[in-house]
Amino acid sequence: MSVGIVGYGAFIPRRRIKLEEIAKVWGADAASYRRGLQLHEKSVPGKDEDTVTMSVEAARNAIVRSGGVDPRRIGALYIGSESHPYAVKPSGTIVAEAIGATPELHVADLEFACKAGTEGMYLAYSLVKAGNVEYAFGIGADTSQGAPGDALEYSAAAGAAAFLFGADPGRIVAEVVDTYSWTTDTPDFWRREYMHYPRHGSRFTGEPAYFRHSSSAAKGIMEKAGLKPEDFAFAVFHQPNGKFPMRVGQMVGFTRKQLETGWLSPWLGNTYSGASPIGLTAILDVARPGDLVLLTSFGSGAGSDAFVFRVTDRILEVQGLAPKTRPQLDENKIYVDYGTYAKLRGKIRMAE
Amino acid sequence: MREVAVIGTGMVHFGELWEKSLRTIWAEAAVAALEDAGVDTVDHITVGCMSSGLFVGQEHLASLLADELGMAGVSAVRLESACASGGLAIRAGFAEIAAGLADVVLVTGVEKMTDVDGADATYALGTAADHEWEGFHGITFPGLYAMLARVHMSRFGTTRNQLAAVAVKNHANGLNNPNAQYRMKVTLEDVLNATLVADPLGLLDCSPITDGAAALVLASAETARRLKPGHPVVRITGSGMATDTITLANRPDLAELRAVRLAGERAYAMAGRKPSDLHVVEVHDCFSIAEIMATEALGLFPPGQGGPAVEKGLTAIGGPIPVNTSGGLKSKGHPVGATGVAQAVEIVSQLRGEAGERQVKGARVGLAQNMGGSGGSSTVHILEVE
Repeated sequence: MSVGIVGYGAFIPRRRIKLEEIAKVWGADAASYRRGLQLHEKSVPGKDEDTVTMSVEAARNAIVRSGGVDPRRIGALYIGSESHPYAVKPSGTIVAEAIGATPELHVADLEFACKAGTEGMYLAYSLVKAGNVEYAFGIGADTSQGAPGDALEYSAAAGAAAFLFGADPGRIVAEVVDTYSWTTDTPDFWRREYMHYPRHGSRFTGEPAYFRHSSSAAKGIMEKAGLKPEDFAFAVFHQPNGKFPMRVGQMVGFTRKQLETGWLSPWLGNTYSGASPIGLTAILDVARPGDLVLLTSFGSGAGSDAFVFRVTDRILEVQGLAPKTRPQLDENKIYVDYGTYAKLRGKIRMAE
Repeated sequence: MREVAVIGTGMVHFGELWEKSLRTIWAEAAVAALEDAGVDTVDHITVGCMSSGLFVGQEHLASLLADELGMAGVSAVRLESACASGGLAIRAGFAEIAAGLADVVLVTGVEKMTDVDGADATYALGTAADHEWEGFHGITFPGLYAMLARVHMSRFGTTRNQLAAVAVKNHANGLNNPNAQYRMKVTLEDVLNATLVADPLGLLDCSPITDGAAALVLASAETARRLKPGHPVVRITGSGMATDTITLANRPDLAELRAVRLAGERAYAMAGRKPSDLHVVEVHDCFSIAEIMATEALGLFPPGQGGPAVEKGLTAIGGPIPVNTSGGLKSKGHPVGATGVAQAVEIVSQLRGEAGERQVKGARVGLAQNMGGSGGSSTVHILEVE
């Protein structure tokens, strides 16, 4: 029995802030950030946009593309995020209610830094494969926060992607060929309870964390599946900035051309749990039947989940059914200044 | 005074060695040096280390490390003179043998700097400055060396491009050193466009934070000839050490590194050598300006001529007096307590003719200069091959 994605959807907020606008406030050298991180601007969530609302938008797009799966047939829904609106109280229940999937389903909120989204996808896929549920949602969404003035403030962005998994051969648009995960205890980045903003562990961010886990997972799944980089039409990696995904992709043997379609971070920023999943939606928007796609996430702490998908003939029927990802990124933007950004991100202390 | 020879060398690949501890990297370097020397016991161990207490929470190193080698019982001592701790460890080992107190000495340097974050590493390194007169006011080493650079530029017309030329040359040399931390080519433009750290010094004017260890086995020249018949014997013919005021405010002249000049004069006098006798030199380029000032203080060039010299390629491999063939602290890395010993490892490798792609042809006399803080202490050793 083959299991795969039967519907997918993305949501990117309209608001943007340019890197120069942030650098100006902190007296930083915008050109050096632009060069070093390959970032131009990032998405900013509005007052009415959070992990829950973005997940609902993305999930609704996925249901439309599934060809109208009855939401009551969805047996599980998982949201991976590090910006769940509540510390105690699930995001998933609100989303499940909003899309009409309640009450007969299993729901959980997941957290694993930036890889929580693909965790949800892995669980959803595995439950369908096990035959426990008919359809299951894996969603990655974040309105991530960087401390004011910190390097993270140039990248921390907002967005969501949702994938509905199922086994109905008439609905699958991208079949899961293989999965593989690579995990160690590497404390490169964390946020403890009651801390507003996360911290980086020294210089673990690059080599021992992102590059080691991402490249090991990508190489591991290709070896497991007996595939080589040239077999793939597209590959997408976690995108903490513009530079890392291009570098790791080329490290494991992919060309710029294979990587460019899902490479959104220079203009989107880092959407954390949404990052590589939103990149996958941009790929599915343009993929052709038969294309092989590699998805490799990364989450600090640290681990990577990798998936190989084979795109089916049905993809062509569903690409235009809901808003595509690139247009959400490139069109209809509203630029905000730092003051507005600070207000929207809750960085201004208000009267009690 | 007895003649002293280097009969073995060892070092680890410098870098961010997150998966190894201080004792592990130290033992790897020590064992490599003992194997190179072909000995399995020593009379004495010296350990150069600046701040294991602040970096890894461990003092009492000499005993700890002797035990790590399975040599508990041996006489061992740890030496500290900030970033000149390694040079001091060589001098202490040299003195033991010269005085006849020991016949074979294991000389080591080690620093494990990446177990703490950047702020804590900066604090630990900052303790090499005068805490009351400099540290309390907030200045750290890039700032201190930037002031030295400003004075040098104003006095002699040393240029930004001349500072940058030091980094370009040392990275070119480091490309050929398999033990170097940053084996990458950098261009003049890279250095000039790098993130500014303390004007005029940018990121690529500064040596990195590094884990590393290096070791030498010293023996009396008589023992060296007996243990390694037929091998070229590399002797330490000159050893000089000097201090200066730690705080820059108390120095009569900021355009000169006085401790380096005095340590050099003492080493030259002991060896009966002069600057023009040298074929290869390692100097303490913790910042680009430091290499220029050290080459002047050692008499390789007149005051003010160190900058033009590096720009003209006089200190490149193939030039009249190659400086920092190892890549220097800039490219090879700067595990502070290990640096002085690693410099001697490079000079021995050059004198033995084992430096591969970076070999200086016909090198028979070499010098290693190690420095603490912003020049508050310095050691100079002259090595020669028979």
